[in-house]
Amino acid sequence: MKVEWLVKSLGLEVKAGGNQLHQEVTGGYVGDLLSDVMAHSTSGNVWVTIQTHPNIIAVASLKEMAAILLAGGREPDPETLKKAEEEGIPLLTSPLPAFELVRRLCQEGISGIW
Amino acid sequence: MLRRFRADLHIHSCLSPCGSDEMKPKAVVDRAMTVGLDMIAICDHNSAENVVAFIEAGKKKGLAVLPGMEVTSREEIHLLTLFDQPEDCQTLQDWVYQHLPGKNEQEAFGPQILVNEDSEPIGQNEKLLIGATLLPLEEIVSYVQALNGVVIASHIDRQAFSLIGQLGFIPEGISLDGLEISPRTSLEEARKKFSLYQHLAFVHFSDAHSPEEIGRVSTHFQLEEKTSKEIKWALHAREGRSVTES
Repeated sequence: MKVEWLVKSLGLEVKAGGNQLHQEVTGGYVGDLLSDVMAHSTSGNVWVTIQTHPNIIAVASLKEMAAILLAGGREPDPETLKKAEEEGIPLLTSPLPAFELVRRLCQEGISGIW
Repeated sequence: MLRRFRADLHIHSCLSPCGSDEMKPKAVVDRAMTVGLDMIAICDHNSAENVVAFIEAGKKKGLAVLPGMEVTSREEIHLLTLFDQPEDCQTLQDWVYQHLPGKNEQEAFGPQILVNEDSEPIGQNEKLLIGATLLPLEEIVSYVQALNGVVIASHIDRQAFSLIGQLGFIPEGISLDGLEISPRTSLEEARKKFSLYQHLAFVHFSDAHSPEEIGRVSTHFQLEEKTSKEIKWALHAREGRSVTES
């Protein structure tokens, strides 16, 4: 499933990385502790978080994630937006809380185990 | 003349909701002197309202007490800050208070006791000191540096509330004076684990929340005077000051 499909089906806003929506999503991960996300996420993940610090882009890029999804109406820091564009990481937002976003991702067939 | 001083610069008082109510000036100063510390710092969560009482109590016994605060950033990172003048610490506190939402729930988080230099309780702080400020990490670091304070990332070896736990790695362009290692990790292990950050000074402080924890680990500094200004020099190995292996 492509990032583009999730943007449409979950009604997400694309804040940056709009030219990378063809990336394939192969699983999902949730976390706000970047040390944990670095240890346990994997490539192709859509990552649901409320962490908005610029370091999230470096983590997503390092782990070759498909997209970052900021939950709960969190807005990315300006520096985070800039880095997301530079690194070509789709940065998506939603007013929905993380739990609800994960439920909807599961409905779309995204799994937390791979 | 340079001398070697043993310092534990991360001690909570009874003002921190998680701090023992025994952490009053007399008990802290007595314990610090008993375990052979030359200098301490009082660093409560997001407040410095008890520091003057501890400084005065320290003066009476001849123990150097620095004013400080452990500030929680928006990313829930703990930052240890140290000053020479209580007024500078107060300036930081005023700014922190403007960006610290919430009210303490004593039953859930614990009491936040204000004391005088004679260790008598004189009131309670009502703010949610255990909470996070709305201030980004980088802004706090810049603010403290502008006040000529010392800023050290707290207990980087811990998962919870640490710079590396929360953000995975130290962001570029941030001017920290040092990295604190908690008592649960030896400095030797920390140097291996965080070898990427060897350009920064590593310090070992107790993060004491009760009297018996004071000085359980400490750091030796080569200084002329027991001031935060000299601690800063030592952390950057300047002016002949240094952090020495204990």
